[in-house]
Amino acid sequence: MQWETVIGLEVHVQLATRSKIFSGASTAFGAEPNSQACAVDLGLPGVLPVLNEAAVAMAVQFGLAIHADIPEVSVFDRKNYFYPDLPKGYQTSQMYHPIVGAGEVEITLDDGSTKRIRVHHAHLEEDAGKSLHEDFHGMTGVDLNRAGTPLLEIVSEPDLRSAKEAAAYLKAIHSIVTYLGISDGNMAEGSMRCDVNVSVRPRGQEAYGTRAEIKNVNSFRFVERAIAFEVERQVELIEDGGKVVQETRLFDPDRDETRSMRTKEEANDYRYFPCPDLLPVVLDQAYVDHLRSNLPELPAEKRARFEHELGLSAYDASVLSATREMADFFEEAKNVCGDAKQAANWVQGELSGALNRESLPITHSPVSARQLGELIARVMDDTINGKAAKQVFQALWNGQGARADDIIEAQGLKQVTDSGAIEAMIDQVIEESPAQVAQYRDAEPDKRGKMIGYFVGQVMKASRGTANPQQVNQLLKEKLDALC
Amino acid sequence: MHDKTLVQLARALDAGEFSSRELTQHLLGRIDRLDGELNSFITVTFDQALAAADAADAIRAKGNAGPLTGLPLALKDIFCTRGVKTSCGSKMLDSFVSPYDATVVEKLRAAGTVSLGKTNMDEFAMGSSNENSHYGPVHNPWDLTAVPGGSSGGSAAAVAAGLVPAAMGTDTGGSIRQPAAFCGITGLKPTYGRVSRYGMIAYASSLDQAGPMARTAEDCALLLSAIAGHDLRDSTFVARGVPDYSGELTAPLSGLKIGLPREYFGDGLDPAVEKATREAIAVFESLGASVREVSLPHTHYAIPAYYVIAPAEASSNLSRFDGVRFGHRCDNPADLIDLYKRSRAEGFGDEVKRRILIGTHTLSEGFFDAYYKKAQQVRRLIRQDFLDAFEEVDVLMGPASPTPAFDLGANKDPVSMYLQDIYTIAVNLAGIPGISVPAGFVGDRPVGLQILGSHFTEARLLNVAHQFQQATDWHRRRPAFAEENA
Repeated sequence: MQWETVIGLEVHVQLATRSKIFSGASTAFGAEPNSQACAVDLGLPGVLPVLNEAAVAMAVQFGLAIHADIPEVSVFDRKNYFYPDLPKGYQTSQMYHPIVGAGEVEITLDDGSTKRIRVHHAHLEEDAGKSLHEDFHGMTGVDLNRAGTPLLEIVSEPDLRSAKEAAAYLKAIHSIVTYLGISDGNMAEGSMRCDVNVSVRPRGQEAYGTRAEIKNVNSFRFVERAIAFEVERQVELIEDGGKVVQETRLFDPDRDETRSMRTKEEANDYRYFPCPDLLPVVLDQAYVDHLRSNLPELPAEKRARFEHELGLSAYDASVLSATREMADFFEEAKNVCGDAKQAANWVQGELSGALNRESLPITHSPVSARQLGELIARVMDDTINGKAAKQVFQALWNGQGARADDIIEAQGLKQVTDSGAIEAMIDQVIEESPAQVAQYRDAEPDKRGKMIGYFVGQVMKASRGTANPQQVNQLLKEKLDALC
Repeated sequence: MHDKTLVQLARALDAGEFSSRELTQHLLGRIDRLDGELNSFITVTFDQALAAADAADAIRAKGNAGPLTGLPLALKDIFCTRGVKTSCGSKMLDSFVSPYDATVVEKLRAAGTVSLGKTNMDEFAMGSSNENSHYGPVHNPWDLTAVPGGSSGGSAAAVAAGLVPAAMGTDTGGSIRQPAAFCGITGLKPTYGRVSRYGMIAYASSLDQAGPMARTAEDCALLLSAIAGHDLRDSTFVARGVPDYSGELTAPLSGLKIGLPREYFGDGLDPAVEKATREAIAVFESLGASVREVSLPHTHYAIPAYYVIAPAEASSNLSRFDGVRFGHRCDNPADLIDLYKRSRAEGFGDEVKRRILIGTHTLSEGFFDAYYKKAQQVRRLIRQDFLDAFEEVDVLMGPASPTPAFDLGANKDPVSMYLQDIYTIAVNLAGIPGISVPAGFVGDRPVGLQILGSHFTEARLLNVAHQFQQATDWHRRRPAFAEENA
């Protein structure tokens, strides 16, 4: 039988507010346990939440970016359950009236085609703390630094049909939130994670199969792997005459498998009800319009502009618009050197190569966009040749100079275009290479072209790479041919 | 000294008749001697009180005294007070010392008041008799065999017995007005959102409101001026200017339109209480007010709606008491679930458990629409009843409680106990302000007259209550217990 996979994703995005969603405590990552949890985050008796306006603005920006409805009124609800890292015994979330309504996200598939994935809604909520099991013998430690960190939970419709589509969707969300600057999108630090709902059904069947929910998957790769495993498990199960049960599962990346956590029967009754400590959030049109008018250029628009206005290939446009950091870097280098194609080549070639070798993100590039742009400009105005440019790049990378011009000056890399000087070097080389000259003279005229390489090399060496290669070629040919 | 009102004490301090330290010492002495019988305090903060009194005396000496500088009072143990045990009447929080001050506490401190300690209360403010405290019942100073009312019974009894001239209470379904009535003092529940709830341990968040309890409306006005006002830490707090409550007390009542809700004078009302109430209302007529009957048709749904909404919120609010971070934790838990179960089973009393169970049930899947949602609809109708009534009249009047204080241990059935709050509960559901003033006696037990106004009409209510107190002397009566021990 042919099986079709049906996938829906709930993506949790940590919003990049400076303080928590309901308190003034800092949200910075990596602090000493419980050093960034105030009375409100600890759920001390009597404390009350106060909504962080920045989190609201970020959620609305996301909604606008996915062309979603922005309801005028949204309401915070309490989701009640007991867990040691949930200080109040409930999570403040939005169940019935979320801040972002239905919207859609475009994903790009491997073959370059695009597909629209519907977003059911996105809602704001607070994160819980973290239970620590290591370093506590037979006990559990609780770190509440993360408690109260604002999350935007983005819930898709079950529109995804493969693990690859799911990964592409996750990447698209990642790209949108980082472009908006509303999240750092750092999956390793848990700034983005998702729950995956997977079911299978015979191809052509309309009704959905029973789904399993895989909790807390935190990398693009794991999403693909978890889904691949889960699909295989469900298909095998059904083909062996079994039945998929609705349950919550966990993906174990070490063993590359999903495992059952709890079944539907064991599921919590969360007893949602509107949080009486918070008033409904009412957004007036002027506020939404203001946020709309301040939206940055988003990935899809940027890709189109790179392609159509800057004349980049579809591939280059898509690579360079993949992240806002990459796009910003490229655009600055382009503005400095004045040539999009050259800037694209350098960013994707020399720069990306060097960054990959040292596993550095572009934000940590030792060579700034301005430095790179200036370097490219020097190639374009023939101040240096391509070979010297690579030397200058390396020197900038190593911090041996602040500007390309300084390095060119200090290392004497300026291209020699003075034909007198080049002629002198050529004469010297010819004089020091009698054997090669003899060979050249004796060779058939149509073989001489290849033999000139030796002399070019010698002249370039003599010029320490600074001679203009075209001139060297030209003059050498003239002089050697004159000897024949 | 202990017989004076706040206003009288302030005058005496100004005149140099005694210092705040002398006053504080005198009252601490009374607490020491008398509270063994009353049990109105859970914690008495002797050292902090004397230090605060000295600081107040120093401020007064410099000529910088405000209207409350150096005046003693007590705080219901529901208000978080930095460095002081804040138990909320529960074993669960017997070991809890708050690291921060509630906004109300902060404001009273800033006004220079001297807190003598934390008063006894029904556990987590759940009760109408103050018999649900982990620290034992409070006794009514008018009759030590009677209850003082709940849940602010400790505050009410302490004021009535002359241990403090005033105390802070909280009112979720009548917990300021009913004990004020039972103890013959004046208690004001302000409009919901008038006083910050920050730092007040939550029972039912959408109903809880802090307010003053004192001998006179004039004193309540003074205290409300101090505790009302801006607080960015409470989102349900209504940002609105604070009127001069004391300045409007003397406005004449001629032309005042009083409504008597038909539903507040029906079955279940003790005839003696009704008689006292009607006599009090006659006093207003003699002061130039007109009286007419009005109807609040959804009144009989108030108690059922309250006992859905309040426990629902409570079941959620009390989830944080899980033995993990603060408060009571059971010994040697076997595992996490055992930790939760035993900590909560040991830490909470029966009434609290009963309401948590009710609330958990009504919020459960399949019951939410039938109970919680329906109760919220009823709540809107009840609110509308009041808004409609206030189109016709300026204030509503009726009894604060259907009976005077009953005997300790007499009312064992929870449902009949819930009916104690029949005249007060709808007010919390509607969010309007209400005040109870002493208005007579049944035997030696006081009767309270309840006066209600529309949202943010505290100044009017205080004015009406003050004019009544200028014309009557019920509020000047002192229980024999206080006089014998003068």
